[in-house]
Amino acid sequence: MVRLSTLVMTLVISFLSLTAIAAIDAYSFPDEGMRKRYNSLIDELRCPQCLNTNLAGSDSMISKDLRREVHRLVLEGKSDDQVRDFMQQRYGDFILYNPQVKGSTYVLWFGPVVLFFIAVAVLVRLVSRRSSLAQEKVLSDEDQDRLNQLLSK
Amino acid sequence: MSSLNKSLLIPLIVFILLVITLGVGFSLKDPHILPSELIDRPFPDFQASELHDVDRTLTREDLKGEISLVNVWATWCPNCVLEHPELLRISKEEGVPLYGVNYNDEVIKAQAWLRRYEDPFVFNIVDDNGKLGIDLGVYGAPETFIIDAEGVIQYKHVGPVNRYIFDKEMKPVIEQLRANSVATRTAGVDS
Amino acid sequence: MIAELGHFSLILALGMCVALAIIPTVGIVQKNTQLMNVSNSLAAGFFVFVAISFFCLGYAFWSDDFSVQYVALNSNSALPVQYKISAIWGGHEGSFLLWTLVMSGWTFAVGALSGGLTLDMRARVLAVMGALSIGFVLFILLTSNPFDRTLPVYPADGNDLNPLLQDFGLIVHPPMLYMGYVGFAVPFAFAIATLTTGNLDSAWARWSRPWTNAAWGFLTLGITLGSWWAYYELGWGGWWFWDAVENASFMPWLVGTALVHSLAATEKRGVFKSWTVLLAIFAFSLSLLGAFLVRSGVLTSVHAFAVDPERGMYILTYLVLIIGSSLTLYAFKASGVKSDADFEWGSRESMLLVNNLLLVVSAAIVLLGTLYPLVYETLYDGKKISIGPPYFNTLFVPVVMLLFTFMVFSPLSRWKKTPVQEFKKQWVGMVASFFVMLCLVLALAKEFSFVVLLVNTVALWIIVSLGKDLIAKVANKADKVAALFKQTMSYYGMILGHLGIAVSILGVCITVYYSEERDVRMVPGDSVELAGYEFRFNGVSKETGPNYMADRGDVDVIQEGKVLLTLYPEKRFYPASSNVMTEADIEPSLFRDLFVALGEPLGNKAWAVRIHYKPFVRWIWFGGVLIAMGGFITVFDRRYRRVKVAKQEKPNHADGVAGATA
Repeated sequence: MVRLSTLVMTLVISFLSLTAIAAIDAYSFPDEGMRKRYNSLIDELRCPQCLNTNLAGSDSMISKDLRREVHRLVLEGKSDDQVRDFMQQRYGDFILYNPQVKGSTYVLWFGPVVLFFIAVAVLVRLVSRRSSLAQEKVLSDEDQDRLNQLLSK
Repeated sequence: MSSLNKSLLIPLIVFILLVITLGVGFSLKDPHILPSELIDRPFPDFQASELHDVDRTLTREDLKGEISLVNVWATWCPNCVLEHPELLRISKEEGVPLYGVNYNDEVIKAQAWLRRYEDPFVFNIVDDNGKLGIDLGVYGAPETFIIDAEGVIQYKHVGPVNRYIFDKEMKPVIEQLRANSVATRTAGVDS
Repeated sequence: MIAELGHFSLILALGMCVALAIIPTVGIVQKNTQLMNVSNSLAAGFFVFVAISFFCLGYAFWSDDFSVQYVALNSNSALPVQYKISAIWGGHEGSFLLWTLVMSGWTFAVGALSGGLTLDMRARVLAVMGALSIGFVLFILLTSNPFDRTLPVYPADGNDLNPLLQDFGLIVHPPMLYMGYVGFAVPFAFAIATLTTGNLDSAWARWSRPWTNAAWGFLTLGITLGSWWAYYELGWGGWWFWDAVENASFMPWLVGTALVHSLAATEKRGVFKSWTVLLAIFAFSLSLLGAFLVRSGVLTSVHAFAVDPERGMYILTYLVLIIGSSLTLYAFKASGVKSDADFEWGSRESMLLVNNLLLVVSAAIVLLGTLYPLVYETLYDGKKISIGPPYFNTLFVPVVMLLFTFMVFSPLSRWKKTPVQEFKKQWVGMVASFFVMLCLVLALAKEFSFVVLLVNTVALWIIVSLGKDLIAKVANKADKVAALFKQTMSYYGMILGHLGIAVSILGVCITVYYSEERDVRMVPGDSVELAGYEFRFNGVSKETGPNYMADRGDVDVIQEGKVLLTLYPEKRFYPASSNVMTEADIEPSLFRDLFVALGEPLGNKAWAVRIHYKPFVRWIWFGGVLIAMGGFITVFDRRYRRVKVAKQEKPNHADGVAGATA
């Protein structure tokens, strides 16, 4: 993300996350697998207060607190889904960058699939029609013979 | 002008739908406010000390009994200073108890702050690591909740409270809750 | 005084584009050549006045005129001079003036370089561009005037430019981006002009190709620069976030790529005539939509300018007028158009059709993901939903992977019909690429990944098939060097463009799968191992810059006992704006980046330090540069320059020429 201007609007929330980025916590994990899960979770959870940043990229207070929670939950043995549920129960769908597949998001997830098949259908119809035009232009054998005779005269 | 091929109108129709979507986008509320996930859910359970009395332990039971306001605040929060006069007024005039959650703060600083600006709170829950805030879905300060007598969250306001906001948005909720509880009591008597 | 001059000049510019929209139009209707001829001068005048206005704003920055509100908000007396100048486009008002400058520049260029067009066509195109420009200039004058003063009380010093923007990236990224965004107005104008004549023959495609390719090249460069800038500036190793504003530039690019390809088919074979016109309308429409999204506050983004509904309403109205009328014009005027060209499965036309459909689907995915939160919030009573990288990556990647696979075969395809042997011959390339990749992955990669193998095989296969095609073109010739020179610029543009994509694919895939990072607590003397390197932390010192104070870390990078280099990440404090910035230090190289950033001090001389190993990440942007170069060199194709000569000969028919090559 690139910022192109100073934020001039009045924030309702009083503390403005200073535009520092690269939130760096020195958390330790007993194994590499947990660390990877932690990293991937804080990538896909959204900072509730920022303007489109994930927990990994935000220096705001709430993001620091939420990263601490994710760390704690992962160490406690919670699964990825359980961590997501924890966050979603408190902050709603907003905090999940990966929208869940449910009634309200069917269009979102399956719309592109439908669109893709429409595109394939259009392709097939178009090219078939054009290539059948091409076939029609091929002369039949008798006509080809007649043409040859005419040309050799 | 040749005859109209209707399928060529599709892009225009899609565009019109798009524009309607975008136009509606304007009527939506401030994109920076996150609506609360906890409406109609009980206040989260917690165990914390009171700001002025370290030995006293508070739990969510202490919030039950009557309709009340819970205000999340901190000394590092400039807007909390801005809204404080209104909180004082509410605590004195509106007949609703005001409880505080001192969020991600230091006890000494908070005590000094309240001495300086006056204390409208019945009591103050110390949330120095922000855990209660997270359970409440708080992401900044100040935020104010309206709790009913059973301790169920009914409303949340993000940002500083002023007279206008209180009268327009919060007071109606409180009156509604009062009316409901009277109705329940009356119904209970009748049955 | 200068600011007022700038303001006045802008008003004159408005007069120019109103005249440009009206006078040539009258000339067209009345078939009055004098009036049509005036279009060139009006275009030049428009450019001159906007340029003067822009220069005046620049002067206000250069001379620290803080009575101009925009300067006060975006500059500071201690700001280094190159950033004072680029601060012109650091905020909404000034960046829109830049947008308008670019628009006037393209308009002027089209007027000056279109000797090959008929007078009627040139007048139409310029009139359309003039009409578009009215909206832009009016927008500045009515809602976003950078020349507003804050008299009588004005600040002694300015707010300072956001430290994130005090960087080389600001100097190059927006101008390149706007050259592309706004440049799509040219093919748009050509498309509209053609529609108004009712004659959608392939001439318009030939005329607009160099302009489209140039604009597309700039947009490619702009997006590439943006990604590169975000990477080294933001300090967490990311280079694409599917942020609303990034998407706003990516959607026109995707459709623009489809347009670039579709124009080839329309020019050479007269097919897809009305579809290409529609694509040209789409591309610029998406540019306008992007401008709307960024400046209206409708979508949340760190990148967005200040929230202002009034501006948003204006742009939305403008959008509705311009796009609504063009699509209506399209529906009515393109109705009777049909081409009778035929082609088979596997022909170049069918390949281009696949390209177009897949690109349009991918653009639709990006559009859906970007706008859906808005729709959701409307439908579900204010509830909010977030759509981020996981969504886009899941849907977008498979579609483009399919596209890349077709890219292996498409350069080999021929117009109308490709002999099947051409495609069958490619299996050799596939097997070779697969084995090379298999060896590389097994030998060099930390762990084996089937996805990496697959994706990289496709990328290498694309390169191999390009190479084979080039070799085939010179193989049978006696003078190989001469044969190389005889290939058209369009052909080399294609080679570079496709090569660039393959290079970028390799970069993306490898960096996504094999990056490593570590966040650690370090005290002076501590070492951390990552990807075969040892990083030794030597402590932090205090430094001062022109407008900041910094804590500067000292990290040695050691390999096999020898210190390779030292990295100096900084944490800067800018007093004028009270901003804190993390300035990572990066050791770049062709095959890997080493990246160190400072976090918070943890007490007792300990600091949180982030270390990244990012293999092949530079390839992403090298690929982008190659693609942009590919777009640019096609502009110099001889065929476009020979148009003047061709005017005296009999008109060429574009389709039906047997054995026509690229």
